Amino acid sequence: MSVEQALPLLRVADLKCVFDVSRPLLNRILERQPRRWLKAVDGVSFTIDRGETFALVGESGCGKSTVARLVVGLYEPSAGSIAFDGQDVAKITSGTERQALRRRFQMIFQDPYASLNPRWRVERIVAEPIRVFGLMRDARKISERVAELLTQVGLSPADGSKYPHEFSGGQRQRICIARALANNPEFLVCDEPTSALDVSVQAQILNLMKDLQDALGLTYLFISHDLAVVRHMANRVGVMYLGRLVEIADSRTLFEDPLHPYTRMLLATIPDITMSGRRETTVTGEVPNPITPPSGCTFHPRCPLATERCRREAPELVPISANQLAACHAIGEGRSTQR
Amino acid sequence: MTTRTELHAEPPRASLLARLLDSDLFYSFTRSPVTVVAAIVTLVYITAALCAPLISPQNPFDPATLNLLEGFTPPMQPNEFTSKVFWLGTDAQGRDIFSAILYGSRVSLLVGFAAVGFAAVLGIGLGLLSGYVGGWVDAFIMRVADVQLSFPAILIALLIFGVFKGIVPPAMQDRVAIYVLIVAIGLSDWVQYARTVRSSTMAEKNKEYVQAARVIGVPAPLILVRHILPNVMGPVLVIATIGLALAIILESTLSFLGVGVPPTQPSLGTLIRVGQDFLFSGEWWIVMFPGAALLILALSVNLLGDWLRDALNPRLRG
Repeated sequence: MSVEQALPLLRVADLKCVFDVSRPLLNRILERQPRRWLKAVDGVSFTIDRGETFALVGESGCGKSTVARLVVGLYEPSAGSIAFDGQDVAKITSGTERQALRRRFQMIFQDPYASLNPRWRVERIVAEPIRVFGLMRDARKISERVAELLTQVGLSPADGSKYPHEFSGGQRQRICIARALANNPEFLVCDEPTSALDVSVQAQILNLMKDLQDALGLTYLFISHDLAVVRHMANRVGVMYLGRLVEIADSRTLFEDPLHPYTRMLLATIPDITMSGRRETTVTGEVPNPITPPSGCTFHPRCPLATERCRREAPELVPISANQLAACHAIGEGRSTQR
Repeated sequence: MTTRTELHAEPPRASLLARLLDSDLFYSFTRSPVTVVAAIVTLVYITAALCAPLISPQNPFDPATLNLLEGFTPPMQPNEFTSKVFWLGTDAQGRDIFSAILYGSRVSLLVGFAAVGFAAVLGIGLGLLSGYVGGWVDAFIMRVADVQLSFPAILIALLIFGVFKGIVPPAMQDRVAIYVLIVAIGLSDWVQYARTVRSSTMAEKNKEYVQAARVIGVPAPLILVRHILPNVMGPVLVIATIGLALAIILESTLSFLGVGVPPTQPSLGTLIRVGQDFLFSGEWWIVMFPGAALLILALSVNLLGDWLRDALNPRLRG
């Protein structure tokens, strides 16, 4: 275990993903417009160790879902590398090797109403990964395994013969989790798995995911915009803003001693029920258009600490302490005050 | 959709018929008397056409059964030489119009169904490809569709027929004419299916269930057939029903113009073409009854299609 511990399960290095959002060729010529690119992810690096939960947080459109999709291979990265268990994903060309790699991770999606094929019965949905990866051939064994999976996520084996529309949102998300577990993955990418659910149901699903993590030794990449959920789930947290990571810290440090002004702004939105007398600071401004991001540090138009240097040059993500990294000139220059 | 899964340990389910009778679709069907009548007429029509050899009084295409003396017998009146009564009269050769309609409907329905099937398979295939792959493939297929839509369907069918007459030796033409007709009508009608399926596919392919399949590496053809196709079939069913009526009418038009099925195997359109020569000499029944038969068939199928479109449209559901 100690040897494996040294090697992170997932290492993402300088990952970039650029989308072409240009108008069609004819329009560009007629309207004399240049090609336009959207930098959804602009140089993101992080590692995830075995058995931990790494959360990515940020406002809508900051690229956190894109990172999730890049990691599972739904999008091709424009630059940078993704290494799973020390193996560079981009260097795998043979289909069988790629399939062997795919078997080791799975994804849980945001919208449980869209992530289950409405024309398929639950048993077929849950059994799909087993069939695709050829894990079992015998129909009876497959149906036993499906029953086991459904039980594991808190559903009845009899639910297998129903269609997705017969279930509630929370139950559907349980089906999604059962499907994600079907090929015994080590690594689960969860793209806002609870944001479409009622708060009471959210807690059930989150606790189920934690229990499964303990029981099966899963590693999670957890995408969310809900800081309360992240605090409940994550060991380490990365804060994203306009396609970049602005701060990475372990969960406790991040919530107790946030460094980056953006992280502080986000945390200030959590209702203060402990009456700690913390000064009320609300989120000001809006996320700029990612097609034409601000110069320098992309956060500078909203940052209370912005200076001329912030407008000119983009800060690097540098270690501030043992388990905290931040990308901010103000911290390095000592302008950032502790709260 | 009754996709049979490979899992065998299935708890007992309601039978297909019971589920059908219990569905919203069936309820909306029973609430629309026009649709019920249209469905009955269509069913009777199809059954009659299928059983034509059993129920028709004579085989109108067997010259041995025809009696020239019985030519031009008006409907419901005894023939002046043989005193035989023909419900719908006879034509110039003493052919019973009722029998001719039954046999002609077989050809019309066969061509209609086959042409719709051909157009649907072609259109669904190209639509799925276009919507899923996107990019240049999509642009190319859709521009071809646009070009084709700028010609009237009948012109395209006539063109295909013209080419066929040019390249197939005359001796073979009669035998393959019906297949060419099917292809010609099918090719003039695939665009609708392709466009509808393309737009639905573009909506479906971004849904998370498709992405879930992509994450585990399901090959694109399987995603298209197993995941997307069943979810885009609703609108296709509507187009196919209305398309059936259009295909039957197009077939009749082509046959009326003399480019369709050969006279030895007449369809409703051929009967109308033959009959119209006698319209102004007072033998109205030779053209009127096949015409009415075509009208009733096309109308019933169209009404069914209209109902299906409304019934499957959730926004119009009461």
